[in-house]
Amino acid sequence: MFKSLGMKKVLIYCLLLFLIGCSRNTTDSIGVKEKTIQIKGSDTIVNLVQAWVEEFAKLRPGVNIGITGGGSGTGFAALLNGTCDIAMASRAIEDKEIKLAKEKNIKPVEFIVGLDGLAVVVHPKNPVSKLTMDEVRDIFMGNIKNWKEVGGEDRTIVILSRESNSGTHMFFKEHVLRKGNKKGTEEFSPSALLMPSSQTIVNEVMQNPNAIGYVGIGYLSNYLKAIAIAKDRKSKYIEPKIESVMNFSYAISRPLYLYTPNEPSGVVKDFINFALSNEGQKIVRKVDFVPIKKVD
Amino acid sequence: MKKIVDFAIEKLIFIAGLVAIIFVVLIFFFLLKGSLTFFKEYNFFDFIAGRYWYPTSTPPKFGILSLIVGSLFVTLGASLIAIPIGIMAAFYIAEVAPPSIKDFLKSGIELLASIPSVVIGFIGMTTLVPLVRTLFNLPTGLTSFTGSLMLAFMAMPTIVSISEDAIRAVPWQYKEGALALGATKWQTMYRIVLPAALPGIFAAVMLGIGRVIGETMAVMMITGNAANIPESIFQPVRTMTATIAAEMGETVKGSIHYHALFAIGLVLFVITFIINFIADTFLNRSKK
Repeated sequence: MFKSLGMKKVLIYCLLLFLIGCSRNTTDSIGVKEKTIQIKGSDTIVNLVQAWVEEFAKLRPGVNIGITGGGSGTGFAALLNGTCDIAMASRAIEDKEIKLAKEKNIKPVEFIVGLDGLAVVVHPKNPVSKLTMDEVRDIFMGNIKNWKEVGGEDRTIVILSRESNSGTHMFFKEHVLRKGNKKGTEEFSPSALLMPSSQTIVNEVMQNPNAIGYVGIGYLSNYLKAIAIAKDRKSKYIEPKIESVMNFSYAISRPLYLYTPNEPSGVVKDFINFALSNEGQKIVRKVDFVPIKKVD
Repeated sequence: MKKIVDFAIEKLIFIAGLVAIIFVVLIFFFLLKGSLTFFKEYNFFDFIAGRYWYPTSTPPKFGILSLIVGSLFVTLGASLIAIPIGIMAAFYIAEVAPPSIKDFLKSGIELLASIPSVVIGFIGMTTLVPLVRTLFNLPTGLTSFTGSLMLAFMAMPTIVSISEDAIRAVPWQYKEGALALGATKWQTMYRIVLPAALPGIFAAVMLGIGRVIGETMAVMMITGNAANIPESIFQPVRTMTATIAAEMGETVKGSIHYHALFAIGLVLFVITFIINFIADTFLNRSKK
């Protein structure tokens, strides 16, 4: 039974803990042992990297690899703060991040390790199954607010997006909303729901017939409907599939990256070579991403 | 010997108390330092009254008006649900319930306080969110109303527990006096006990609100996180706490975005400080 004063103290401590929690940041130093690799970054490719790590561990027992998701931004932040050995990213490093890296004497090295198609997904019961790039853009910018404007039922569109630091979010914004123009000023509609992970987008789309979201094609399943997309009104509508991403006929596709803080060496280098090897690329195929070269 | 022990223990407790205060002051200055760096680069007015929160765009926009409104919406909603129910529950436990049920109820409600907020958020996400969407025929169930409903659960234990203490602290002479004058039990409760316990109840309410406004995990999972000024409680909102939690791990240390999150922390600190200060004032008044 709390005395009121006791309870108040407890609450003050809670407040303290909460605030301490807030001010903690990503620089918490991690005890890096010689054969421990920390990999951080994009949620999109965390499954892929996990699969690589499992195979790599068989070849090189005794190597410890820790993988953490959080988003490409998290990965780059960790790379610049020196808390990871490899950053995984679903977007290229930005100029401002390179500038920050320079200030910290880091020269990030880029490796393209696979390709990904971004699928625009809706509930399977939604009658809309194809859109042009411009329609997709207008929906996510909030210019088209109702499904009936694109041939669907009379329902309000609920826009699902990733958090603003996610590589998927950045890529979609640059590629779809700004049509590849890096200096564009188009933004997601302010009423877009920012979801903490691709899986939460999948969950919400699965149970909400009003929702539209975007996820990597690795997340597609029978519980979602992927929209076929045409580059413009005259083009063919093309579904997001491994083949269509690989021959670049699908409009929303992107490379996947690994970054190292400097020229890699030792175990880190071995790991990246493994990812780029024939065997590594087969794993890319297996987890539903698209390999950078043909694998047998 | 006894005197020395007494003296040592007294000083020890004094130091412990002092440390707590020092921590608060240090945290405040830590937040202030981070925020000042931010305000050197970004206009304070654009920050507080800006409508758009696009931290990773170029140029970035750091307007937190929609976040403040989001926090207020969720908090007000949760208060409207939790305060009446909480106070009524406190009265029931303190005045009406038979002793056997009383202890059971009180420990049950205090147990509610020990459910981690991520669990509350998870339960809300899987059960309440689809329910709210279909029940009210909304575009999405991720709304500030859903958040308020779940947060009301989290504020309730604080409100009930402290209110009940305040009600029980009302001298029994008051009640017996009222009953002896022929007042009914309801009249005694409403006219005598409630006014006497009011400062304590008010403090309980403020502390409950303090908990709600600082809550992070559950709101992040169930309010939809759209940084938009809502027109009704059935629209998604984004709170200040959720913004800090979602973005702090992903910013580059030392960037303007990083410092902007500190500035949000400062705003939050000031708000909770004011709430606690008000609660404290009333708590002290109730003791007199």
